[in-house]
Amino acid sequence: MSPGQAQRIVIVGGGQAAAQALQSLRQGGYTGALTLVGDEAALPYQRPPLSKGYLKGEVEEERLYFKPSAWYQEQNIELLLGTHVPKIDRANRQVQLGHGGQLPYDYLILATGSRPRPLTVRGADLSGVHDLRTLADVERLSPKMVAGRRIVIIGAGYIGLEAAAVARQMGLDVTVIEMAPRVLARVTSPVLSEFYAAEHRRQGVTILTGVQLSHLDGVDGEVSAAVLADGTRLAADIVLSGIGILPNEELAKDAGIACSNGILVDRDARTSDPHVFAAGDCASRPLVHFGRSGRLESVHNAIEQGKLAAAAILGLPRPAEDCPWFWSDQYDLKLQIAGLSQGYDTQVVRGDPASRKFAVFYLKNGTLIAVDAVNSPPEFLASKKLIMSGAKLAPSALIDTSTPMKDIAAQAAA
Amino acid sequence: MAKITFINHDGTERTLEAKNGMSVMEVAVNNSVPGIDADCGGACACATCHVYVDPAFLAQAGDQQEMEKSMLDFAENVKPNSRLSCQIKVTDALDGLRVTTPESQH
Repeated sequence: MSPGQAQRIVIVGGGQAAAQALQSLRQGGYTGALTLVGDEAALPYQRPPLSKGYLKGEVEEERLYFKPSAWYQEQNIELLLGTHVPKIDRANRQVQLGHGGQLPYDYLILATGSRPRPLTVRGADLSGVHDLRTLADVERLSPKMVAGRRIVIIGAGYIGLEAAAVARQMGLDVTVIEMAPRVLARVTSPVLSEFYAAEHRRQGVTILTGVQLSHLDGVDGEVSAAVLADGTRLAADIVLSGIGILPNEELAKDAGIACSNGILVDRDARTSDPHVFAAGDCASRPLVHFGRSGRLESVHNAIEQGKLAAAAILGLPRPAEDCPWFWSDQYDLKLQIAGLSQGYDTQVVRGDPASRKFAVFYLKNGTLIAVDAVNSPPEFLASKKLIMSGAKLAPSALIDTSTPMKDIAAQAAA
Repeated sequence: MAKITFINHDGTERTLEAKNGMSVMEVAVNNSVPGIDADCGGACACATCHVYVDPAFLAQAGDQQEMEKSMLDFAENVKPNSRLSCQIKVTDALDGLRVTTPESQH
C-alpha cells in the first residue's frame, strides 16, 4: 500500500491531534473508512479551557467540542468513544478493542496524548486529591471549588498556576507548593518566574518554593492536610496535583515501535513502522528550527502533527512546520510564548514588568530562539517569524521600546 | 439569534443561524466554514480567525480590545474592517451580518 491508497484509517485517542487528523484527512480528499477510538466518553474537546474558563464555570461543555456530533455523521466518521485499545497487532495491521473485537487498518495514527504524572506520596489516594487533565477531572473538582475552602496545589507549572489563579478568583484560600527554587522553573527564565510569583502573591496566593511534599493526611478517607518534609502542615479541603505529564507511549512500545520519552516520529509524524503515525503529546518529533528532537505539550504541536500525519498518509505535500508556540492565561495576564528557550545564552527584557506588559527575548549566539510575551502580542507574533527565519538580533535593538516591534522585525528580516 | 453570511475568498456564500453568546468564530468552525483556522480555540492567542466584517456592521460587532488590535496588526492583508472572529459575540444586532474570510490565515 502506498500513500494515497488507504481505505481504512484508525486513530487512537480523542484529543486535539486526533480531531485535527480527522479534519485534515477529510479535507485532503480521503473518503475511505475513518474510525476514532478514544477512551474518554465525551466528543473530542479542547483541553486548554479546563484549567481556565471551564474550571471557572464560564464555558459550557458543548463549547469545548471541536465539532458538534452532527459533523461526525456528515463526514462519515465512526466514533468509538469510551473504548480502550489494549494492544496493536502490527503483523495483521489491526488494533484490539478493550471490549473485544479487532479493528483493521491500512494506516494507524496514535494520538494517545499524555497523563498526569502520578503523586506517589502516602495519602495520594485519599478522596479530595485531584488531577486536572480531562473533563471528568473537572467534573469531580468543580463542585468542590467553593469560596472559603482551602486548596493546596502541588506543582507551580502552568497548570498549577492557572488553576491557582482560577481558584483565587473564585475566592478559595490558595497555597501552591513547588520543589524547585522558583515557579515555572522547568519552562522559563528567572525573570518570568519572579514576575508570576509576585503576581500570585499580590492576588493573595501563598507560594512556597524549594519545599518537598512529605505526605497527605486525611480524616475518614478525605484529605485534610499536605505535610511538607520539614514538618509544616498545610490544612487542605482540596489537593490538586500538577506535577507534569507522562506520554502515553506504552501501546506503541508494547507493539515494538521505537520510543524514547515519547513515540519517536520523523518530520511526517511517521513512527518506526511506516503504517503507524503518532501525533501530539505522545510523540517525540524533530524540532526543525532547533536542530534536535523533543516532545512538545501544546495545542500548536497537536494541530501541526495531526496535519503532518494526514498529509503523509494521503501522499500530499508536507504542511508548513511552524515555530512552536504556547499560551497561558492567569488573571488578566496573557502570556504568549514562541520558540524554545532551552540553551539560551543571552536574555533581553523589553518593557517594564511592573507595567504588566513586557517581553523576555532569549538568544543563542545572537540568534533569537524564544520569547515570553506578557500582554504583548506584537513581540510574540514578530518573534514567531524571526525565530523561524533564524534572524540575528542585537539586544540593544530589542530593548529599545521607542522602536515598534514591527520595525525591529522588518529591520532584522532585511 | 442572528443570520450570518460567510463569504469565502472565492465568492462562495453560506448563511448560517447563529445563537446569541457564541462567537462568530465558533459559528464558522462548528459549520466547517473554510478559511478560519482558530487554532487557539478562541483565546485571542493565535490570530488565525481573521475575517473582514461588512463595514455596515462594524459598530454592531462591538469594540476591539487592545489585545485584538495588536494581534491584527501582524495579520496578512489587514483592512480597516478586519476583525478576529473569536472576539465578536453573536447578538440580535448582528442579524444579517456578512463576513468575508481571507484566502489564508498565515
